Amino acid sequence: MPAPLPDAELEQIELDLFLQALKRRHGHDFSEYAPASLTRRVRQLVHTHHCGSISALTARLLHEPDFVPLVIQGLSVPVSEMFRDPPVFRALRQHVLPVLASYPQITIWQAGCAHGQEVYSLAILLEEAGLYERSHIFATDFNADALQRAQEGIYPARDAQLWSRNYLLAGGGQSLASYYSARYDFIKLNQRLRRHITFANHNLVTDKVFCEAHLVLCRNVLIYFSNPLQNRTLALFRDSLVRGGHLCLGMRESLDFAPTAGDFTAVDAALRLYRRNSQPALEEHDGTA
Amino acid sequence: MERPEAIVIGCSKGGFNALKLLLDALDPQLPQAVLVCCHTASGAGVLAGLLAAHSALPVIEATERQPARPGVVHVAPGGYHLLLEHDRHFALSVDEQVCFSRPSIDVLFDSAADTYHAALIGVVLTGANRDGAHGLAQIRAHGGLAVVQEPASAEAAAMPQAALDIAGADYCMPLEQIAPLLNRLCLT
Repeated sequence: MPAPLPDAELEQIELDLFLQALKRRHGHDFSEYAPASLTRRVRQLVHTHHCGSISALTARLLHEPDFVPLVIQGLSVPVSEMFRDPPVFRALRQHVLPVLASYPQITIWQAGCAHGQEVYSLAILLEEAGLYERSHIFATDFNADALQRAQEGIYPARDAQLWSRNYLLAGGGQSLASYYSARYDFIKLNQRLRRHITFANHNLVTDKVFCEAHLVLCRNVLIYFSNPLQNRTLALFRDSLVRGGHLCLGMRESLDFAPTAGDFTAVDAALRLYRRNSQPALEEHDGTA
Repeated sequence: MERPEAIVIGCSKGGFNALKLLLDALDPQLPQAVLVCCHTASGAGVLAGLLAAHSALPVIEATERQPARPGVVHVAPGGYHLLLEHDRHFALSVDEQVCFSRPSIDVLFDSAADTYHAALIGVVLTGANRDGAHGLAQIRAHGGLAVVQEPASAEAAAMPQAALDIAGADYCMPLEQIAPLLNRLCLT
């Protein structure tokens, strides 16, 4: 009789099988996500849905089509704020908007828009700078449910206080309340803010370049990816940007160690705001692009 | 127990003062990686900078994808959960708060237990909520050691008390005895 496996090894097998089932049955590939957070979320799913084990979760995933969106929701990160990290939005206002103003048409890609808090923050920045009428923002996510929520633009009223403070710290010119209406326990953003936003399904793991952008904003998404997937995603951002286009990452993310580092110059390194170089880097790319 | 490879420390209210005392009294030759989660961590590297002046070991903010280094204190950045991958490199997340906190002590302790198994010491210090209690239970379930600050001597008793209630402890002692204990456990 074979010896019993240690729990950790058993769990690893269950996790591998779960990820395979998700990929082969539903086409969602999480195999290149950084394992620590992914494992935590899968355990959380087991707990939330009273499955008892990852194997039981896998069985439901395979046999209950209605269960898939719940799993996808549990595996993606919809947590954000409007004007999160206000200094970043202040820097966008000061350093990036004047450059955008020099283009007749402005294209922006926000990758991983989740529930839309940041894309609406961007829309407000552009509106206040008088640039919104000639702007187009692509807000993408792989999570269809999150995209739906993002389009609705309805958020818990309890968040509004922090977001208003963020907005003012980011150099906002009015009051955030002028952009939403409050009803009961919710706020609904002014639908006019949506008029130049296209919400679309795009998966950074599998999908390719689809636009030529002047600004790519992707914050707190790369931290969930393994090194190779991070590097590939950064190359995708580079190839989606015009020369001289800006890239804005999360405050604790960095492209310092990525093969694409030589293609960018820091505008504000502490805020993770970069600009694609006008000339190709001197060194050869490593071919991941 | 196995010779520990890492020490994880969790604290909240009153944590900064407690950390100053504890880190200052650690042996500078300590060969373990020290990982700290303090709820009061704020903007870029502030806590690490403040603690560096009061520590026998170098103190840095934990950076994603960088290794947990022996003999170095790594502090979780404000606003992010700190986790470890199995190759002992750091990972960060902005997942939901746990116990109203991000960084959360439970998140760090759970993933440290997954990574270091029995070669880990978990320390819960002063604090005003129950974060860390379940993580400490995980550390013990993996065969690691649990050290809890004696609640009566803590600036805020709730956190060490919750740890004792939920996880229990191998050592429960006043703050000033914890660093000498860690030195003894880690250097011999």
